[in-house]
Amino acid sequence: MDDKEIYAKLKVIIEPYLDDEVDMESLTLDSHLINELNINSAHVIDIVLDIENEFDIEIDDDSIMKMETIQNVLNIIKEKSTEQLS
Amino acid sequence: MEKRVVITGLGVVAPNAVEVSQFESALRDGLSGIEKSAMLEELNFGCQIVGIPKYNPDDLKKIVPKSLLIKLENEAIKYSCLAGTEAWKDAGLKFTSRDSEPDWDSGIVFGVGTLAMDGFISGKLKYVDSGNTRKGGPRVVEQSMNSGAATYINEILGLGNVVTSNSSACATGTEAIIQGYERIKSGKASKMLCGSCESQGKYIWGAFDGMRILCNDSNDNPTNGSRPMSANARGFVPGAGAGALVLEELESALSRNAKIYGEIVGGDVNSGGQRNGGSITAGSSIATIRCIKATLEQSGIDASEIDLISGHLTATIADAKEIENWAIALDRKGDDFPYINAPKSMIGHCIGASGSIEMVGVVLQLYKGFIHPTINIEELHPDILKVINENKVPRKVIEHKLNYVIKASFGFGDVNSCIILKKWNENGR
Repeated sequence: MDDKEIYAKLKVIIEPYLDDEVDMESLTLDSHLINELNINSAHVIDIVLDIENEFDIEIDDDSIMKMETIQNVLNIIKEKSTEQLS
Repeated sequence: MEKRVVITGLGVVAPNAVEVSQFESALRDGLSGIEKSAMLEELNFGCQIVGIPKYNPDDLKKIVPKSLLIKLENEAIKYSCLAGTEAWKDAGLKFTSRDSEPDWDSGIVFGVGTLAMDGFISGKLKYVDSGNTRKGGPRVVEQSMNSGAATYINEILGLGNVVTSNSSACATGTEAIIQGYERIKSGKASKMLCGSCESQGKYIWGAFDGMRILCNDSNDNPTNGSRPMSANARGFVPGAGAGALVLEELESALSRNAKIYGEIVGGDVNSGGQRNGGSITAGSSIATIRCIKATLEQSGIDASEIDLISGHLTATIADAKEIENWAIALDRKGDDFPYINAPKSMIGHCIGASGSIEMVGVVLQLYKGFIHPTINIEELHPDILKVINENKVPRKVIEHKLNYVIKASFGFGDVNSCIILKKWNENGR
């Protein structure tokens, strides 16, 4: 799965957690989940669970701590997908 | 100097109607909200009939932020958000904008019998039991903590005074209103959203079914199951929902020209201490009588001025005892007894939500001047007829001006709560 595909799937996962004031169009790889997208820290955990289901991976607590921007999340998904395949 | 407290907003999610205007029609028409439950039949319950509110899920989307609604599973919280915001808007009040300070003068008391027993909890507990807690997700605490409903409502309203949830079993709803009333009376808040909720589901109802106190003879005739005061009453029918009232300090209400539904002139709670015939599950008469008398005393009126009693009356063997207690506390009997009605005949017993849902009904009757019927009575219980006249229990709606109405709720734990409302008239006396 390339970055583009992962990003497209990730957007679908994140969309329901954004409040109406946050514009989906303004989402970029640098968007900060909590500071910019207004996602509360509990909901980040919900997003983690949705990602785990979608990509069939497990994301450990240390990785969750590193999930600040969309790019970070992408990287973690890629990393875990590769690791857990092998 | 004690403040005067009036009611300026109402909201309701009840088994027989959602929204206040619909609820008024349902009460006038004697509409039952009790239905057969296929789930309870499947589960072999003794009582397979229940009252479940039928709200429109789209209405939730209008008030609960999308990001919160996505994994909001607890039905009682949904009922509460609908009823709470309806009451707040009905009072002509706005939600605090998200970038401003909270409204420090307004608060919430929103009680519940047991928030965590909603059906959603089974889908969460299974992860704990299988050693996989992290799969349960992050939203279990906020939807199962007892203050969950108050918390969700306040996510929308943004209030900064006390925000809490009381619990006193079936007395919860009435007690919530009294706690808000006392808060305003003592000058600590100017507006209080008060109410309560109870969820639906097999775990809550199963617990009561196990006690053998639910109606088990009407599974094929659900609307006839809840028969308070009836000679053939056969236990209560459980219901779910939420009721909400905005209580407001009189000067605050007048200064913003708010609609005033009525004034709370007395409210008292007590416990029989599980002594003198009281127990965890049975109320002691001396405590009930004392609570009613204390409420009367606070109100400064004579018992003869009470026009209507909205009873607790659950359709159990306790109904006759309740009538006797009212007669003793008010010192009125026979033809001198006030009118009395039993909202549970239509909505069942909504447990922690009962007091607040029923209080919305009481306020509507006072404000509009009518007495709703008690349905399903073929014959009044003989012990009740020994105390009051048959005509004191209307079976059809009566248009009747009401000046003072008294409402009580009693709960497991031998606890009582009682409120007297006074009709509001424009000159304020």
